[in-house]
Parts: sequence; C-alpha cells; structure tokens
Amino acid sequence: MSSATANPAEANSAAPGALLEVRGVAKRFGACEVLKNISLNIAGGEFLTLLGESGSGKTTLLRLVAGFEQPTAGEIWMSDERLDTLPPYKRSVNTVFQQYALFPHLGVRDNVAYGLRVKNTPANEIAGRVDEALRMVKMQEFAASRPSNLSGGQQQRVALARALVNRPQLLLLDEPLSALDANLRKQMQSELKALQREIGIAFLFVTHDQEEAMALSDRIALLRNGALEQVASPREIYAHPATAYTAQFIGQTNLLRGEVRGSIATCGVLRWPVEEADGPALFSLRPEAIRLCADGKRQTSEVKFRGAVHQQIYGGASELLEVNCGSGQSVRVRIPARGPLSGEHDFVFFTADAIPVRE
Amino acid sequence: MYSRAYKMIVSLPPLLWVGIFLLLPYALMFAHSFWAVRQGALVHEWNLDNYKMLFSNPVYVQVLFRTMRIAGAVTLCSLLLGYPLAYYLSFHAGVRKELLYQLLIVPLWVSYLVRGYAWKTILGSDGVLNGFLQYLHVTHEPVAFLLYSPFAVVLMLTHIYTPFVFLPIYAALEHIPRPLVEASQDLGAGSAQTFFRVILPLSIPGLLAGATFAFVLSLGDFLAPLLVGGASGTMIANVVQSLFGAAYDWPLGAAISVCILIITISLLFLTERLEKRWSFK
Repeated sequence: MSSATANPAEANSAAPGALLEVRGVAKRFGACEVLKNISLNIAGGEFLTLLGESGSGKTTLLRLVAGFEQPTAGEIWMSDERLDTLPPYKRSVNTVFQQYALFPHLGVRDNVAYGLRVKNTPANEIAGRVDEALRMVKMQEFAASRPSNLSGGQQQRVALARALVNRPQLLLLDEPLSALDANLRKQMQSELKALQREIGIAFLFVTHDQEEAMALSDRIALLRNGALEQVASPREIYAHPATAYTAQFIGQTNLLRGEVRGSIATCGVLRWPVEEADGPALFSLRPEAIRLCADGKRQTSEVKFRGAVHQQIYGGASELLEVNCGSGQSVRVRIPARGPLSGEHDFVFFTADAIPVRE
Repeated sequence: MYSRAYKMIVSLPPLLWVGIFLLLPYALMFAHSFWAVRQGALVHEWNLDNYKMLFSNPVYVQVLFRTMRIAGAVTLCSLLLGYPLAYYLSFHAGVRKELLYQLLIVPLWVSYLVRGYAWKTILGSDGVLNGFLQYLHVTHEPVAFLLYSPFAVVLMLTHIYTPFVFLPIYAALEHIPRPLVEASQDLGAGSAQTFFRVILPLSIPGLLAGATFAFVLSLGDFLAPLLVGGASGTMIANVVQSLFGAAYDWPLGAAISVCILIITISLLFLTERLEKRWSFK
C-alpha cells in the first residue's frame, strides 16, 4: 500500500495482507463496556482463536463481525468492504453457532441448501454444492434426516456444511465444540483443523478452552475484560507470555514476585542474574522448566535451589510436585513420572526460562 | 410412591366434576335429541325425526351456514390482527414489550356484556360512529347496516377473540430460539425471507391453536348476535336458545347442539393433528 494509507484510521480497506481488519472497535451495553478499543487483523486462510473467560467479550467480538451487534466505536473492514455498516445478510461471512441453530422444520439437505436458496441459486447448482458440502463433513448418508434425529456431533457437522456451502472467505465459529463430550470433542478438533487446512478459508474461532485454542490455532488472541491481553502464536504465547494473566491462563505457571537490584533478581530464596533494570519485578516460570537434580550438579546458567516435596500429584506421563523451598515459598514442578518422592531434593532451572511478565 | 387409597381420594373430585357437569349433561342432551314433543309434552319415544327436520328445513341449514361463515370471518380477522401484533411484540417491541402485553390482556378482564353494550353505543344509528361520520360529512344520515347485521357480529366477536388468537401465537413466537433467526440472516436471508422461511413455519402450531379458539368460540356464541346481530345476524346458538326457551322443543334444540358438538370435536381433532405435524423439537 502507498504512503497515503500510512494512517490506518483513514484507510478504506483492510490493512495490507489482512483479510479482515478490526479497527479500534468498542462495544458498550448500557453502562457496561464489553469491548475496549480492539484492533485485530486476520490473514486469508488463518485460524485465529479468540480465547478468554466468560464475560471477556470474545463472543461479542464475533457477533460484531457477524453483524448481530453494532459497534459503539471503530470500524470493521473485510478486503475493501466496510462490514460494520452492513446488515448480517449482506456480509460475506458465515457463522457456526454454539448450539448449532439448525432449522428444526427442515431436513439436513434443506438446512444446508438454505443459504443458496435465499440467494436464488439455480437448483442444479444447489444440488451439486450441497452434496459437496455434505461430503466435506462426511454427512452424505444423513442428507434425508431431520436434525432432531442426529447426535450432537452430527448436528455440528451439518452446521459446518450449512455455513461452508456458501463459500465464505471467513468462517466464524462460536464455541462450536463446547456442547460435545470430551472424546468427541478431541476428534472434532482434529477434523476441524484438517478441514480448515484443506479448504484454506480463514477461521475466527471462539473458545474458553485454552487447550483447544493451543491445539487448533495459528494465532491466539487472548481477551481479558474486553481488552486484548496478547495476540501471538500458541508457541509464542506459551513460551513468552507478556503478562502474568496470560501466563496463568495459558497452561500452569509459577509467578515469582521479587525485586531486581544490580542485575540480580531475588524472589524469596531464589536468586539469579537478569538483564532487567532495577525495581520490583514479576517472572513466570513454567513447572516443566524446573527439573529434579538428583546428583546436585547444576550446569552453567542454571539456578539451583533446595526444597521439600510437600505434595505429589500423579498425572500419567508426568507428575506435579508442590515444593516448599523455605520461608513459606512454594513452587510447582512438573517432572516425568518417576514414583513417590519425599523429603528434600535439589531442583534446577535455566535463568532464560524465568520470563519477565507485566502485571 | 403413593398408596391406592390416596390416589383414589385425590382423583375423586375431578372425576365427579367431569361426570356430573360434563358427561351426564352430554348424555342427557344426546338422549333428548332422539326424543319428541307431542301436544306440548316431552315423550321418550326414540326416533330420528329431529335430525331429518334439521337437514330438510332450509332455515336451520341456512343459519348453520351463516354461523360458519361468521365464525370463519371472525377467525380470519382476528388472525390478521393477532398475528402481526404477536410478531411485533415478540420480535420488535423491545422495552415496551411488557406494557403492550398487559394492555392487550386487560380487555379480557372486562365483562363480555359490557363490551357488547359498548359496541351497541358505538354502532347504533345515533351512536358514536354515525355521529362521527356525519360530523366529517362522509354521510348525511345514519348508516343503518353498522348495527344489527352480520358485520356488527363479526366486528364484536373479532374484538373479543383477538386476544385469544394473539396469546397462543405470541407464545409460539416466543419459543422460537433467536439463534435460528440469526442463522437465517447469517445465511443471507433478509427480514421477509427469514419470516416466511423460518418464523412463520415454526409458529404454525400457535397459529392453528389461535384460529381454533376464534372459530370454535364464535361458532357457539349467542350473546353477540343477540346484542348486535339483529334478524340478519342470527346465529345457530340463538336458534338453540329459542328452541329450549319459548319454542319448547328441547329434542330439536338438542339435535342441533349435537351437530355443533360434532363439528367442534372434528375440528379440534383435525387441528390437533395438524399442530402435531408442525411441531418440532
């Protein structure tokens, strides 16, 4: 793009390289500010997950893109079309609803054909595209069924086919797997990911389940109280959480609160060299970044500390230790499963694994 | 869970009620329709003369057909009023919903008779409507057909039964999950398409229930024709009333009642079947 669009607030298309651009969007319901100045881009073919607790505004953001809510401020652009001023039926996005929202008075085939029918698509084209969509979600044999005779997982597939048959550039999914039981959920996750790769359209996926977000996404946008906390790839957001909230929400962590003085961080009994400036500091240290040091020998750039195993929670391949390292300080350590432990042991971690985070 | 004696004691009052106030009177009515009146006295002689009379005398057939036409017109008018009202209230009334709902229900608390007399006052030759029309110089003398006509009966019954039509339709519309409406819009359907493809089909059970209310209640109504119907607005219930009263021909009155009952029951049976067909989980 030319320098004319250097100020994004004046651009009349999505940002360069982005399929969808959410630009400074805010949403207020009465006195309640649900979304605060959200800016976010989605690239073509990207799987972006909006992750957050209930009430974080993730579903509201999805509904703004779909058109079921109007933003109080800001703009939403898709390529060179401004979306937020269009009614939902004129937007080239489609939604998979949380409870599927299949039309109960229509059979599976008619449900899938709905979007094409309302746009007056020729009948022979409808037939072909509906078959193709049903094949994509492996539901051809249920074409004549009623939605009420299908299981949750099957209804989910039909809902997907009903959205995909319209060939949107962007598919919105509102906690689509939350109503399924754990096993089916895992299976649908991998199918969903495979399908998204195969058809190559962008997914905007809403979930409160951080494991699901990690497993599926190209990028995760973590929302907290209506604001974006961090937007990054799953690996990045896990390895380098920007804030204490992110570190705790995505996986487990030890939050070490302490002080930096003269390039040495001190958190209780733990001391290690850092590059941070002097002052109060907060570090995230993942439990699996700490290892049991049986021979008591630490490598260079490892920090060693001694602690008593206070609790041991067995988790199959690994186990989680609750370690008391003196003066009331407790640290969680995840080690490969190795049988019961008790008493005092040496533990070590690399200084690079203690990630400085903001509050 | 509960003992037999307890179950029997609990079910006794409703059984007695249904037996004494429903089954017994119907049985008596049914029996009467096969009896006769001779020299002003009821004779318990089983025959089919009342039914023959009913279907051969054009007056009764004519009144029966008029009654069905009036009931049909009332049904249509109250649907045309009640459906849009229910639709507006359920989907577009927003914060005014509660207030409007109460306003629609309040007339049900006013006596039927009071509302009947109110229509008399409005429609009469020196009534409010005629006075207004003359004041506007639309007419120069009172319009006669307003009162004491089938028109007046349809108007009054529509006014009275529209809330009965509104309520089941409103309930049906309220039960339509809103995500279905959003899904329809999401798939590219505007308001009109969403209404005809999703909302209307899913509200058919409520629509049928409302239509049945209006038709069946109108079919058996005798106060509206009595108050505002006049000679040309006489309905079948008025005939029954006069046969049981002044004419003292209970057997013929009972035969007509049996016919109305059969029409009503078949109608209820039919609409119930249709409602089931259009009900979806």
